[in-house]
Amino acid sequence: MEPVLEFINVCFSYHSPDGETPALSDINFSVMPGEFIAIVGPSGCGKTTLLSLISGLLEPEAGEIRLFGKSRGTSETNIGYMLQKDHLFEWRTIYDNVLLGPEIHHSLNQEAKAQADSMLNTYGLSAFKHSPPSALSGGMRQRAALIRTLALEPDILLLDEPFSALDYQTRLEVGDDIGGILRREGKTAVLVTHDLAEAITLADRIIILSHRPARIRKILPLHFSEAFDTPLKRRSAPCFSEYFDEIWKELKSNG
Amino acid sequence: MDKSLSAAQAHYLKTRSRHRHLVLVGQILLFFLFVGIWEFTAYTGILNDFIFSSPSRMVSCFLKMIGDLSIFTHIGITLAETVGSFFLVMACGILAAMLLWLFPTLAELLEPYLVMLNSLPKSALAPVLIVWLGNNVKTIVVAAVSVAVFGSVMTLHTGFKQVDPDKIRLIYTLGGSKKDVLFKVLVPSSVPLIINNMKVNIGLCLVGVIIGEFLAADKGLGYLIIYGSQVFKMDIVMMSIVILCILSMGFYQLISLLEKHA
Repeated sequence: MEPVLEFINVCFSYHSPDGETPALSDINFSVMPGEFIAIVGPSGCGKTTLLSLISGLLEPEAGEIRLFGKSRGTSETNIGYMLQKDHLFEWRTIYDNVLLGPEIHHSLNQEAKAQADSMLNTYGLSAFKHSPPSALSGGMRQRAALIRTLALEPDILLLDEPFSALDYQTRLEVGDDIGGILRREGKTAVLVTHDLAEAITLADRIIILSHRPARIRKILPLHFSEAFDTPLKRRSAPCFSEYFDEIWKELKSNG
Repeated sequence: MDKSLSAAQAHYLKTRSRHRHLVLVGQILLFFLFVGIWEFTAYTGILNDFIFSSPSRMVSCFLKMIGDLSIFTHIGITLAETVGSFFLVMACGILAAMLLWLFPTLAELLEPYLVMLNSLPKSALAPVLIVWLGNNVKTIVVAAVSVAVFGSVMTLHTGFKQVDPDKIRLIYTLGGSKKDVLFKVLVPSSVPLIINNMKVNIGLCLVGVIIGEFLAADKGLGYLIIYGSQVFKMDIVMMSIVILCILSMGFYQLISLLEKHA
């Protein structure tokens, strides 16, 4: 099978008048269709930079990023990006927020509207269709933001600590919720997080990054038995703490 | 009203509304006290009403000018010039702020000049404008626009630059262009700022129009003030100033009304 996404020797630095800050050095990995990848690493190590590179907001300084085997610049791949906060616009209703993507792409037709309607229905937001975002709870807002991202039917979904702004209980629920949605829709996803437990509960594989400039320290495949394979159940699986310890040790060992 | 109000809540609401009434009554009293003292001191000769005028003299002057309809021309002209220059300022201000945001290099280039033009006392320009544009409405409107427009551009541009960068990033991640950022994020999120800027600008436009009318008009409230002081008819001067007070209050209220419905 062809990988959806490949990083080949990718390097990136930030430039400012005070000097150069290397952020990523020699990053190599690939993501298969339908796979859920989590990227963990110390804070400020360049995790968000990695997502910006995939989405094309930034260009790599060296190396290549391939999408479905084609170089990033020439690929038509549709990429969905979920930011840390929901950034729902207060001057739009939930419905109009969800349709922001199609509106920007000038593809706001009956089909797009029908699809948005059905997703709002499926994820329990149809009653709030015409409400302003402020009428929704944190978890519901995050779900609305996910629908906004999915409305463009992305081939890859990038998640930048999408639950970090939520309180702990909501965070567990929304994590379970959104993890479930993505599995059901069979989406390929790349999640960036500093929350190790969140990474273990959601991902198929975990990429562990080092301090800046980030290198890949380890890529850890996760295997859970059938009985434990939902985000909330994974937390009580016996191997959960083993994985946790393994990642923790990897992050702690310097060098 | 909800019938199940607790005693404490009812008490709170009552105190609140009583306080509001008290303030309103106080404001009205203050007005009548001011007018009353002015009229009394003028009547008894403590104030020289030839120099200070008096409320009753102002009213009779106003009634006389209503009689020959001249007051309507003067108020109408000043109103039209103010409203006209206000719309020009808002249009130019928003447009220029958008351009500066779209082309940051242009903004860097123009920054010192904008700062200079903004802090330049615009009344210094008025005589120049008369020479360039003539003794007419054009001069007055340009003078009014020049008073408000530079500050407006700077305020709006600064506001645009302070919009949450993540909201802008969101538009880019959805595949949007700079134009999408402008019309889907910057403009809608700046509506409160634009309305605040309108409040400032309507006042400044009135200032500019009066300066212009002082120098280059034969109609309008500014002209009345200058004319009245030259021929020592202080009734006309004071009456015009009171009308100006009422006008500026009216403009402000209109924009506040817009704010509530925006």
